[in-house]
Amino acid sequence: MPNTLTVPESNEDKINRLKNIASDIITEAKKQGADHVEAAISVGQGLSVNARLGEVETIEHHRDQGIAITVYKGHKKGAASSTKLNQSAIEEMVSAACAIARYAEEDPFSGLPDKELLATDFPDLSLYHPWSLSAEEAIKMAIDCENAARFYDKKISNSEGGSVQSFEGSRVLATSDGFNHGYSSSRHSMSCSVIGEHKGSMQRDYWYTVARRAADLESAIQVGEMAAKRTIKRLDARSLSTRKCPVMFAAEVAGGLIGHFVAAIRGGNLYRKSSFLLDSLQQQVFPSFIHIHEQPLLPQAMGSASYDAEGVATSARHIVASGVVQGYVLSSYSARKLGMKSTANAGGVHNLTVEPGELGFDQMLAQMGTGLLVTELIGQGVNTLTGDYSRGAAGFWVENGQIQYPVEEITIAGNLKDMYQNIVSVGNDVDNRGNTRTGSILISEMTLAGS
Amino acid sequence: MSDLIQQAESIILKPAGLVISDIDAVMSRLVSTGIDQADIYFQASRSESWVLEDGIVKDGNYNIEQGVGIRAVSGEKTGFAYSEELALPNLLEAANSVRAIAQRGQAGTLKPTAKHQMPALYAAMDPLASLTREQKVSFLKLIDQQTRQIDPRVEQVIISLVGVHEVVLVMTEDGQVSSDIRPLVRMNVSVIVEENGRREQASSGGGGRHGYEHFTNNDTAMTYAREAVRLALVNLTAIDAPAGNMTVVLGSGWPGILLHEAIGHGLEGDFNRKGSSAFSGRIGEMVASPLCTVVDDGTLEHRRGSLSVDDEGVQSQCTTLIEKGVLKGYMHDKMNARLMGQASTGNGRRESYAHLPMPRMTNTYMRAGHSEPGDIISSVKNGLYAVNFAGGQVDITSGKFVFSASEAYLIKDGKIGLPVKGATLIGNGPDVLTKVSMVGNDLEFDSGVGTCGKEGQSVPVGVGQPTLKIDALTVGGTHA
Repeated sequence: MPNTLTVPESNEDKINRLKNIASDIITEAKKQGADHVEAAISVGQGLSVNARLGEVETIEHHRDQGIAITVYKGHKKGAASSTKLNQSAIEEMVSAACAIARYAEEDPFSGLPDKELLATDFPDLSLYHPWSLSAEEAIKMAIDCENAARFYDKKISNSEGGSVQSFEGSRVLATSDGFNHGYSSSRHSMSCSVIGEHKGSMQRDYWYTVARRAADLESAIQVGEMAAKRTIKRLDARSLSTRKCPVMFAAEVAGGLIGHFVAAIRGGNLYRKSSFLLDSLQQQVFPSFIHIHEQPLLPQAMGSASYDAEGVATSARHIVASGVVQGYVLSSYSARKLGMKSTANAGGVHNLTVEPGELGFDQMLAQMGTGLLVTELIGQGVNTLTGDYSRGAAGFWVENGQIQYPVEEITIAGNLKDMYQNIVSVGNDVDNRGNTRTGSILISEMTLAGS
Repeated sequence: MSDLIQQAESIILKPAGLVISDIDAVMSRLVSTGIDQADIYFQASRSESWVLEDGIVKDGNYNIEQGVGIRAVSGEKTGFAYSEELALPNLLEAANSVRAIAQRGQAGTLKPTAKHQMPALYAAMDPLASLTREQKVSFLKLIDQQTRQIDPRVEQVIISLVGVHEVVLVMTEDGQVSSDIRPLVRMNVSVIVEENGRREQASSGGGGRHGYEHFTNNDTAMTYAREAVRLALVNLTAIDAPAGNMTVVLGSGWPGILLHEAIGHGLEGDFNRKGSSAFSGRIGEMVASPLCTVVDDGTLEHRRGSLSVDDEGVQSQCTTLIEKGVLKGYMHDKMNARLMGQASTGNGRRESYAHLPMPRMTNTYMRAGHSEPGDIISSVKNGLYAVNFAGGQVDITSGKFVFSASEAYLIKDGKIGLPVKGATLIGNGPDVLTKVSMVGNDLEFDSGVGTCGKEGQSVPVGVGQPTLKIDALTVGGTHA
């Protein structure tokens, strides 16, 4: 019978134990009448510490577990999940999934992934680097980080704190087609958020660092100082009058623009025809200097995986080459709906990289000349069906390539189709922290609304 | 009446082999010198979702979630641990790691356990059992067929039906035990329409603390369907939205998301205790026009944001935030209330046992004024009439907030004109309500669709307002 991780066990033993639970679940589901089954199990633990104004504020001990199963009776599908791993919960979950599959309707496109697409090669992507971090050490780092921000400048008047987090977890995926594989991974991060005040008005900004290995994190001092610098730069922000002008998305927000592109070429939106990029395969969506790669097998990267959420093998590929769309983002289901093959993107993309251009951040400001540099976006305001884009923004007004003053309470609007065509350059100032790696992106014109 | 507590005991504790005196033992371990506040929060929920698409019910999901969260607070410091395993040794181990937050001391003495039952705002029922699986599937298919008959331009229909049965039991440091059984249902109808090659999407839905009969009775489901189709057809003819500062009239009901973003978050106790909100230290000041009275009310029967008792065992209440323009009070959980020398307002909420409680909104709304909605529209020479919104966000420190219109019309010479495409509206929280020059007599609540996110935690909420006129707000369209 499955139980919790109270006894220390090796990583390999843990994965094997979870694989055994997954096989048991598949056996149970088949016993209850399922034709095909997929079971995913994850367990994890972590520590998260926040310090504020020089003292510890919260210490959180995390311990998570969960199972998710999908069963098929022919092409009828049922799914269930549970945070309980005991036998009675497993039986309840399996029977609920099987009951749903009985009542759901025949969908010829549903089912396990095509067998020939399943991963058979499992390279070590170096994702698991546990950190034996004590609460005391974490508190000290968080305080050091926050202090670096608080005492950076007199204008820093308050703080939301410094925080340090460390998580490690293991996941296993098994299917009734014989796939049963698992791996462990770690994720460590440190962040800081401080408030500056000048002439009675406040601004807040933050910075963070994240890595698979603790040694790859930026130092507490670097993170704290960056948070303070970013906050101070925003003080005395003003609005702008309504106008049309060039807009440069700083690297830390430019990933979002690429995220909207990914949403528009995701299978679910394509087969529902709720995308502004229907039938965009082999179409020129971006200027010819834009190349976007998916790199699932990068060692230690945050988005790396040798197979997707269904077990389909990932591989490096071009999603955009010379501005032309080379492939969609598909799961097995959406691929079948479109008459295509899965691109191993069930659960999302893996390390999307926009190939960096020649120019650095300052050179791009010079290239823009006069316009808006955006460093923060708020609100939803993106319509994937029409491509219409309208979001709240904050950043800096730039003239002759030089930052003039911070701006806020403005919106930027356009249509993503035009915005992609109107990209002037991509910087070499790549932000490597997230699943989308890109430098700053300069767009020739958008509508800015303000006071 | 301790009926609910007995039910919670039998649903959560009994299967784990626990009795209330075991929880007492864990609490004694937790309560030591230097601990100001502690709680043990048990939660067991069952939820399901059904999705119809392409005319067939193709997806169903059933989720079991259960666990316990253990918290100890000393001054401003919080220690927290949680576990999916409810066995006594796990609870004691979690209590040990959590109490280290305070200076170690003698074990405290507990007051005898007191069971405390609040009046219930909704029935202790299981929505999942309110229809059979067969009935759920045939209901979705019926609504799909009827939706497609509304208009030939309807191309795609996606309908989802979600039900949650959640049982919570919380013991606090004073030995009080409270519990709640919280039903929640939600339905959504999303359509895509096409005409002359132009496609538009829209959705409509609702729900509350009921069983599924909320949708099957009174044609409610078809009300959502007709609204989704109407909205999508309106969008087919929408022109580019204007860009710039202008007079904005907000419709009644769901546009109350304005209150949630512009002032609600900024009046949550944690931000104000820390001084990080644009509203910090401003109690007693005019922050809105005298026409505005805004409350947060967790006591409305059956509403999505309502709670008979909050996640810290405090009875829900109606808290006046702004009265005739004057800032009256903040929304508190127990910790922030204690640190600010006030009482909890019953706003201590958490997404689950695996998350820490924080001050959160329930149902936030503006009380009705005296103007006729028609008079409000006819008073505007040039402006925007925004009646539906997709969502919003706020930076509570700078006070800047946005909310995104999904149905809006130009107003020209006092008349509603052409529909415009979705656009984000942006403003400054502490200013926006000072620019309210007319408040309608038509207070309405949203249909039960809101989910609020804060520090990564989602909780169901409600909003409401009458028709409002705001003299100046920035509209983020493309037509400059």
